[in-house]
Amino acid sequence: MNFQDIVFYVFSTILIVSALGVVMSRNPVYSALLLVLSFITCAGLWLLLEAEFLAITLVLVYVGAVMVLFLFVVMMLDINLAQLREGFWRWFPVGGLIALVIVAEIALIMSGSYFSLEEMPAPEPKPADYSNTKELGRVLYTEYVYAFELAAVLLLVAMVAAIALTLRHREDKKSLDVARQVSVKKEDRLRIVSMPAEKKE
Amino acid sequence: MESIQQLFEQFFGLEWGFMLFTLVKNLAYIIAIAVPLLLGVAYLTFAERKIIAYMQIRVGPNRVTFFGIPWLRGWGQPIADAVKALMKEIVIPTGANKFLFIMAPILTIMPALAAWAVVPFSAELVLADINAGLLYILAMTSMGIYGVIIAGWASNSKYAFLGAMRSAAQVVSYELAMGFALVCVLMMSQSLNLGDIVNGQQGGSMLNWYLIPLFPMFLVYFISGVAETNRAPFDVAEGESEIVAGFHVDYSGMAFTVFFLAEYANMILVATLTAIMFLGGWLPPLDIAPFNMIPGFIWLLLKIAFLLFFFLWFRATFPRYRYDQIMRLGWKVFIPITLIWIVVLGLIMQLPESVRNDFPYHLWF
Repeated sequence: MNFQDIVFYVFSTILIVSALGVVMSRNPVYSALLLVLSFITCAGLWLLLEAEFLAITLVLVYVGAVMVLFLFVVMMLDINLAQLREGFWRWFPVGGLIALVIVAEIALIMSGSYFSLEEMPAPEPKPADYSNTKELGRVLYTEYVYAFELAAVLLLVAMVAAIALTLRHREDKKSLDVARQVSVKKEDRLRIVSMPAEKKE
Repeated sequence: MESIQQLFEQFFGLEWGFMLFTLVKNLAYIIAIAVPLLLGVAYLTFAERKIIAYMQIRVGPNRVTFFGIPWLRGWGQPIADAVKALMKEIVIPTGANKFLFIMAPILTIMPALAAWAVVPFSAELVLADINAGLLYILAMTSMGIYGVIIAGWASNSKYAFLGAMRSAAQVVSYELAMGFALVCVLMMSQSLNLGDIVNGQQGGSMLNWYLIPLFPMFLVYFISGVAETNRAPFDVAEGESEIVAGFHVDYSGMAFTVFFLAEYANMILVATLTAIMFLGGWLPPLDIAPFNMIPGFIWLLLKIAFLLFFFLWFRATFPRYRYDQIMRLGWKVFIPITLIWIVVLGLIMQLPESVRNDFPYHLWF
């Protein structure tokens, strides 16, 4: 067992424990934070596979942005555990069945020959000037350019839809026009009146 | 260095000796970066108090000195403050979540220090010269927000939670503008490595620094940096006149000081990154005799100090932004500017060679 193996087992153990914690923890904030931990350890595993661009992007996008907003929503929820457990046993068979089906599907895929150790050897060490980022960009913009553009458009549509759903024009709300605020001059607001001094009675 | 490596390899075998040697060597480097950094943080607080005091026609801290030397009056102040903070009790509120309450300051300072791993101090002086250095920095700085959110939630106080909410929304929005501004930098340098970015700005004088072709991006990046570090005029996360002290209202003693240290360490980090991306890093402003005799590290320090002065100047000058105005500036002003600039830059890069040479921009490509 060499150093890389130890790193791999340490990261994998943390990943599995924290992923279990995500579903087992009673406190949803702990769940969200454990999910962050599993993302970070996952990024560590990807670094071992020499996929440094994907690893850092995982941390940047999921840890740095998505989970922040997620954590945020979770913190504002007022969760009643007793209410949440209601009907647990009634729905247990359905949930169990779905879980079994998913486990079977994953097992079928993972035990296929295309995931065997011979098919997926450990990555070869790359020369120092090899840039993962450049390689990925080259593939994305040549071979997979249509799929890539399509995904981008899909995301844009989803974003516009989300904004359109929350947008509503309220009649009772006072809104500010910043351009008008900025362009206000002293003469528009202030009038200096010259008055003769008055005598105090 | 090699004799120490051989010593390790004799004791622990060839493979393990090398691993342990690398570990010890890197730990020594980390200490060599972190200790001066924390000293810099301590004296940045002193500089802030002095500079703001002079701007407000006061004197600032002028009592604490070392060994009673009269002309060092005031210079002992940061050390005295640190000792005071160490002595104070850390009060944990009854309703707080104890584990997360203690974790929050640690989570705040961890990324602020970890980001320094890839920062180059001169052409050769860098701890980890990785390919995706810029991405690593972005990833680390984006993790700093967790400490603030967790602190706000774990304190179990409405003021703290309001501060955390404000801070989360603000940091996530300004990160976008910051990232897009950096995309322009890496379009020009064609590299994610910080050392390569500085080398791309080489060439005789400061006209080659990215500051000039990317001046709007420099402004966007630096202002977003001020917003990212929650400094005045973007310090609504603390907003002492509205929500007492925001996310750290319930913190005291060393736990509070760690938040404080992280804020200043982040300031130095943003100033360093701005110096590297836009002000030519360790390059002298003019590559002629008196300037290029000064070592590059000194130039980098001078640039960092120059940018840090702006942080302090902003704080002494500007009133606090209103919250909706912060959001407007981030989403409706900075992000459109950066997006348009990326498109313009891309178009210029796509021009045929002959046209680009006639274009005034040929200086920089």
